[in-house]
Amino acid sequence: MKRKDYQGVVIAAPVSVPYVRYSQETAQWWIARALKDMLKSASLTPVDLDGLSVSSFTLFPDTPVGLTQHLGLSPRWLDSIPMGGASGVIALRRAARAVQAGDADIVACVAGDANRIDSFRQLLSSFSRFAMDASYPYGSGGPNASFALIADAYMAEYGAKPEHFGRIAVAQRANALRYKNAIMKSPLSLEQYLSARPISEPFGLYDCVMPCAGAEGFLVMREEEAEARGLTFARLAGTIERHNAFPQDPVQMRGGWAMDIDELYGMSGCGPGDIDLLQTYDDYPVISMMQFEDLGFCDKGEGAHFVSSHDLTIDGDFPHNTSGGQLSAGQAGAAGGYLGLVEAVRQLTGLAGGTQVKGAKTAMVSGFGMINYDRGLCSSAAILRSGG
Amino acid sequence: MSEKLPPPAKKNPQLRQRVPTLPPVARSRAALGLTAAAARGRFMLQHCAECGAVQYPPRDACASCLCVALEWRDTGRKARIIAETRIHVSPDPYFRERLPWRTGLARLEAGPTVLCHLHGDVGRGDAVMMDLKLDKAGQGVMIALPETRSADMEDDPLLRALTADPKHRRILVTDLRSAIAKPLIEALLAAGASHVFAGEPEAWRRGSERDAIAALDQVSVMPLDVTDQASVSRLAGEIGGKTDIVINTARHVRPGGVLGSDTVFAREEFEINALGLMRLAQGFGPAMCSRTADGTNSAAAFVNILSVHALSADPGYGAFSASQAAAYSISQTLRSEFRSSGLRVMNVFTGPTDDEWHQPLPPPKVTAGALAKAIVAGLKSGVEDVFCGDVAKDLEERWRRDPKVLERELTGGGA
Repeated sequence: MKRKDYQGVVIAAPVSVPYVRYSQETAQWWIARALKDMLKSASLTPVDLDGLSVSSFTLFPDTPVGLTQHLGLSPRWLDSIPMGGASGVIALRRAARAVQAGDADIVACVAGDANRIDSFRQLLSSFSRFAMDASYPYGSGGPNASFALIADAYMAEYGAKPEHFGRIAVAQRANALRYKNAIMKSPLSLEQYLSARPISEPFGLYDCVMPCAGAEGFLVMREEEAEARGLTFARLAGTIERHNAFPQDPVQMRGGWAMDIDELYGMSGCGPGDIDLLQTYDDYPVISMMQFEDLGFCDKGEGAHFVSSHDLTIDGDFPHNTSGGQLSAGQAGAAGGYLGLVEAVRQLTGLAGGTQVKGAKTAMVSGFGMINYDRGLCSSAAILRSGG
Repeated sequence: MSEKLPPPAKKNPQLRQRVPTLPPVARSRAALGLTAAAARGRFMLQHCAECGAVQYPPRDACASCLCVALEWRDTGRKARIIAETRIHVSPDPYFRERLPWRTGLARLEAGPTVLCHLHGDVGRGDAVMMDLKLDKAGQGVMIALPETRSADMEDDPLLRALTADPKHRRILVTDLRSAIAKPLIEALLAAGASHVFAGEPEAWRRGSERDAIAALDQVSVMPLDVTDQASVSRLAGEIGGKTDIVINTARHVRPGGVLGSDTVFAREEFEINALGLMRLAQGFGPAMCSRTADGTNSAAAFVNILSVHALSADPGYGAFSASQAAAYSISQTLRSEFRSSGLRVMNVFTGPTDDEWHQPLPPPKVTAGALAKAIVAGLKSGVEDVFCGDVAKDLEERWRRDPKVLERELTGGGA
């Protein structure tokens, strides 16, 4: 059966709660702040929310169920998306079908996480069963070490060099300097990138994100609902997800996007050339480079050449991760999987302020999440268009 | 090539001794299969009983056909390193004090990709031999070793932490009157032990090899009677702080069942074989546990020599078998009590030894030389359980297959 389209689904009220490196506040606190801001910007009250989708690593022992009572919400549709960096797009996908079907009228999609001293170590050691059994006991380098292995294999296979990854990181820092909520506030040069202290070779300091606390969110509804309430919005043109793609690959050189990208462009009625700005999931620059390839902006293995021949800054010919991405804005746990989507909605609704890409009409957002053992398992992508 | 490990410098008593930390210890039940294989020096992975697919990481259902019958089988060790990294930042205290730490991805010829520790002599592109070793937490971990032996490869710091190599270590052999004492001491010195303390009970009784042992370089004969608490404490007070490996050779064997006229022999066997082990552990254990991170000559292992009839009694040696079962049980508790320090307990199970107390038994019997060799090999490879000799290996296999069938055969009931 041909997949049904996403006609009439819109996204409004993009919200980013400013990140903090370490905070004593809980995930419940961060999520509540994001919800409150979303409702305020859409002139809604909590009773207007009849759908809720939550992504968080640090709600334990609660689940989104407990959150409804904690926050006094009575949704008739509730979802939990434990997919890390793929969460934002996948929450949107699920919510889109709920509002299309009338299971809900207004869904709040929200992601937020706490970050206390030592909470990152605790998260790493209990991230997944395979990680506990087969990756954490090997140096406990966490995702830095796991993705360093992927980067090492990628560089050996395709000849990519640190300066290619540096172009991604340096451009994002330039973008972050124009984003008021970014954790990183000072410029970054390619020389600084290349001479950074090693973290897990080939990665240096500026290949890695800064774990922090924060929250992100947006509202999903039908277009007529948004029109009736006088909200500005972006439209959902198409979206895909895939899990555990290419399990036979000895080491991850491609993500699940490569399986589904043609369908994404097909249902969205456009191609790579029509994309005005791209928000990739940048837990590491090499992963963004893989997304350039797997999302069809260049051929496999051509990522290094692609970044060398394009300007990835806000005013460049290929605006990428316009709010600085996680590399420069910070990684607030599961909210990192929302960062690009929320920024894309701001871009398409003219709310991006200092990071606004002129004439942005079509944006692509991709997500990537959950390194269960040796590779990221979840991939997702969406194409959004500016709307009313 | 690995750098040759230099002898340790003399210890500076003014420096604080490093407190032992452990690598991550938590594992799922399935992953403990790796530990069980590593403890015996085997390289085993789960194989699907239905489609044969080899699985890694350990799991509960086949990733090819969803069959839940996964069997641990010996698996080919050949692999190639397809990626490597050197970790410079780790939040885990154990790794943090050993940075940088190298890991890699190994593609096994058997199928799966394995994240593993890298021996210093291997890197991306290399053909390697995989091994499962017990780490300081006592858990089985994957390590990629050179395809062919490289010079001094056992001196690699990572590999050394995964073994209890006698090289540069000071070792107590608890009873020099044991038939195995002299060949064992010679084998330990040949393996690079820096000093051997040889315990001597009842010094007034001259054992035949006593003078030959005392004449060896780097060997000190010390008074030690494992049936005497005070004697054990005295020696522990004197050398406990510089004993890196204890090998308990004290043992008392008398033939006969349990329906004899009294319990004199049995009492003697328990005093030496079971309670003697406890006294040694109480005397030497705590100091050794505090010294497991003490550099090149850190405390590494506590070794018991047990009859394989610790697992299932030999009625011809009834009371002796019981004392061995007791000693085996004590060794298991010691493993638990030593766990937080990383001090390893190695049990060497042997069949009938070729000595006066097993004289009427038919061959095969284990010679003192073979036993000595097995102990040193076990320490070098870092295993927890060694089965020495054909009888012990055969019995282990039958015990694994069905303890009840073995019991019936040993107690008379087989064909």
